[in-house]
Amino acid sequence: MSEDRRAAASVIELQGVHKWYGQFHVLRDVNLQVQKGEKVVVCGPSGSGKSTMIRCINRLEEHQQGRIIVAGIELTSDLKNIEAIRREVGMVFQQFNLFPHLTVLENLTLAPIWVRKLPKKGAEETARYYLERVRIPDQADKYPGQLSGGQQQRVAIARSLCMKPEIMLFDEPTSALDPEMIKEVLDVMTGLAEEGMTMVCVTHEMGFARTVGDMMVFMDRGEIIERAPPKEFFANPKSERTKTFLSQILAH
Amino acid sequence: MADIAQDIPVAAQAPPPRTTGMLGWLKANLFDGVTSTILTVACAALLAIAIPPVVRWALLDAIWHAPNGQACRGAGACWAFIGEKFRFILFGFFPVAETWRPVVVVGIFLLMIAAACNRRMWGRRLGILWLVGLMVVFALMRGGFAGMSRVETAMWSGLPLTLILAVVGMLLGFPLGVLLALGRRSKLPAVRAICVGYIELIRGVPLITLLFMASLMLPLFLPAGVTVDKLVRAQVAFVMFAGAYLAEVVRGGLQAIPKGQTEAADALGLSYVQRTWLIVLPQALSLVIPPLVNTFIGIFKDTALVIIISLFDLLTTAQTALADVNWQGFYVEAYVFVGVIYWSFCFFMSRYSQLLEREFNRGKRR
Repeated sequence: MSEDRRAAASVIELQGVHKWYGQFHVLRDVNLQVQKGEKVVVCGPSGSGKSTMIRCINRLEEHQQGRIIVAGIELTSDLKNIEAIRREVGMVFQQFNLFPHLTVLENLTLAPIWVRKLPKKGAEETARYYLERVRIPDQADKYPGQLSGGQQQRVAIARSLCMKPEIMLFDEPTSALDPEMIKEVLDVMTGLAEEGMTMVCVTHEMGFARTVGDMMVFMDRGEIIERAPPKEFFANPKSERTKTFLSQILAH
Repeated sequence: MADIAQDIPVAAQAPPPRTTGMLGWLKANLFDGVTSTILTVACAALLAIAIPPVVRWALLDAIWHAPNGQACRGAGACWAFIGEKFRFILFGFFPVAETWRPVVVVGIFLLMIAAACNRRMWGRRLGILWLVGLMVVFALMRGGFAGMSRVETAMWSGLPLTLILAVVGMLLGFPLGVLLALGRRSKLPAVRAICVGYIELIRGVPLITLLFMASLMLPLFLPAGVTVDKLVRAQVAFVMFAGAYLAEVVRGGLQAIPKGQTEAADALGLSYVQRTWLIVLPQALSLVIPPLVNTFIGIFKDTALVIIISLFDLLTTAQTALADVNWQGFYVEAYVFVGVIYWSFCFFMSRYSQLLEREFNRGKRR
């Protein structure tokens, strides 16, 4: 497929994106296309800008140069566009960020009711369906603080899904979890991937990347250094930096 | 050392003696060691010395009925003074024949407060109830219709005046404070500057100064012929003052909310107003209940300062009652009486806030 055709079919499109924090150049000429249904796994050493990049996609961070087009809408400072994009893009955070003053069910129905203007009953039905999907149907009336980390992260995934997003962004979803809880979250994510959700995941879970990813993106010092399908990426990385990184994380 | 492994479970045992029950409690709280025992005995002795004279003064030696102040002098308290001045202290210069009106007003306030304390009532209904309630309060105090004589605001005094100033001050000061706190954290420099300027200015001057400004200076700035009621001016000063103080308390709460909360709300597509109303404020406010109530209690008691612009709040009517030549010198009785009224309201606020705290902290309990 030619570069133009790819661009036309893509649901996320980053063109020459730059970002600075003060003097610090965090994103340097980042170009990325994600097509509908594609699973992109972003990896790289800490401080490489991978979280910043993914957070630019739903404008939690502002880019200063270049273009970002999501679901056919260009991200500008226009609030209408930003809110429209955020409705279609779900995000799962490293720290879960559930709303601690609301029950699990209220966490799930809040945005559908207030943003999508769904009736409460319908929103609750959807919420229960997704709680079932993430395998914690019996926790609906608890508060987030009463759940384990793994359960909280699955609630967070369900909360995003309740908005029926076209795209899901995962920002190191398992990094804050105890080892025995990582699998339950990855299982949910794998299930989601199998259903054809478009996903961009920042993660260090290379096993997940291998089985689920369509495309690996390696970032270092604010640049995309290498992109390749997982098989090729792990079998023969091209750049020295990728090789070093892979040897470091696969060593143990 | 791999052989340290225990397969036999340890059975549950009874706790050691004297750690539970009445004896256990006494030992842990009153007689836990030499220092504790000495302190307990010393406190008991102090109470034994202090309580009997108070009881004697307030109850045993007290005089409950007397025709005038002369007949009321003795070793104990003169509660006959309170009986004589009861109506005046509570309702001040409100026409005696119309006393039922301020009585009903106080009743309405108590009912509205009771309704507001019931969490099941929270919502639009409560707002309407309060709006209607305050309008009825105003109409009853003012009169001038349905056979009720017109009573100027200068005659509004005592407990109704204190309640009006305090309740309306909190009711309007609180939203003002929230807006100021949000404005102070705004991304827009102009909004931020205005809010910071307002808060620092109002907080930086004594309430007395504000009241003076409202009562003496403001009329000078108004065009000739335009007058604003003195009570309204005092009320505005109160709202402004309460707003500035509450703003800083609320800001403390806003700052304690992790950034992840607003990011999660943003990522779900919530607007600024939705995010603030549904996610940020509920958490921020429940965090700052203790300092909020502290400020509310302060505002309630600060209403006593309106004396300096000659409005007769509860404390001032008590002082005025003392000026009666027939009943002179019963300061302690008068101040104990109004003290108990102030204390009841403040203590109620304090207890209720603790209940609210427990309710709001449900989610944090494991």
